[in-house]
Amino acid sequence: MSDYEYLLLAILIMSIANYITRVFPFLFFIKHEPPKIILFVERNFPPIIMSILVFYTLTNVNFSVKPYGLKEIISIIVTILLHLKFNNYLMSIFGGTIFYMMLVQLI
Amino acid sequence: MFHKRELKVAFKVSIPVMMGYSVLGFAFGLLAVSSGLKWYFAILMSIVIYAGALQFLAVSLLSAKTGFVDIFIASLMVNLRQSFYGLSLLQKFKKAILKPYLIFALTDETYALLTTVKTEKNIKKKWYYLYLGMLNQSYWVGGTIAGSIFGSSVHFNTKGLDFSLTALFVVLAIEQYKQIKKFTPFILGGVVSIIGFVTVPKNDMLVVSIGLALIGMFILKKRIENE
Repeated sequence: MSDYEYLLLAILIMSIANYITRVFPFLFFIKHEPPKIILFVERNFPPIIMSILVFYTLTNVNFSVKPYGLKEIISIIVTILLHLKFNNYLMSIFGGTIFYMMLVQLI
Repeated sequence: MFHKRELKVAFKVSIPVMMGYSVLGFAFGLLAVSSGLKWYFAILMSIVIYAGALQFLAVSLLSAKTGFVDIFIASLMVNLRQSFYGLSLLQKFKKAILKPYLIFALTDETYALLTTVKTEKNIKKKWYYLYLGMLNQSYWVGGTIAGSIFGSSVHFNTKGLDFSLTALFVVLAIEQYKQIKKFTPFILGGVVSIIGFVTVPKNDMLVVSIGLALIGMFILKKRIENE
């Protein structure tokens, strides 16, 4: 499979998966309430996946050699503080990213 | 027929989203191109996927050449939160125009606008919904076009730009905490991630962690529900 085909297929799969999540209630719950177990997963899984994704984005960081992922950890703390202070997701994302870029490019 | 009044109302309601989507769409385009993806793939993604968190994640998944099954599972899981948005819209969407598109366009922000903003009674709701959905996506696609073209023509040091992905998920996690006010899910997420991190190759970490998390959820069900 060429790169081109891989990308097209992968994008197609993502768009189908995404549409499934959005169309789901319209297909299954028009007449009756969803079962309790599904509501439990729906309610409590999002915070779990978000924390997994934070770790997933750090899989390329090597925590066993200097500086032990310190740049990433500090930038995450900066992002959290920005978000708690200003509660503006654009400011938090861009502030944290610019801070990190300065750390890795200048030091 | 063209419904000018409905378009006007929809535009006014969508202005806050315009800011967010064009800037974040720009960032996505820039990140995608700087990680080696062609600009037209970035734009295609904003047209056919149209999901912020998933598209940012896709940049990593695609550059790691992740397998299709893993991509499918990860995509479902990342967007699980939106799979119940429709519940509160079943009634509203009954007489919708281009309903399959409206359902497709149901992002976090569009959902929030549709369920919280009250509009005047005397407008044709079905057109208003459609315009709102289309306007919001046009900001997202517009931002992506600008970002990916900017990224492919202007060259600067983008080292560290991929941290925007980490920052996005950190922010989404904080927002989740504000809603749910529980610590256990976050601790569980952290623990399964670290297990995935040290036990399997990094390409498998995401799916393994998701699987462990689902098992962990049921083991800790009582604890999570009562917290």
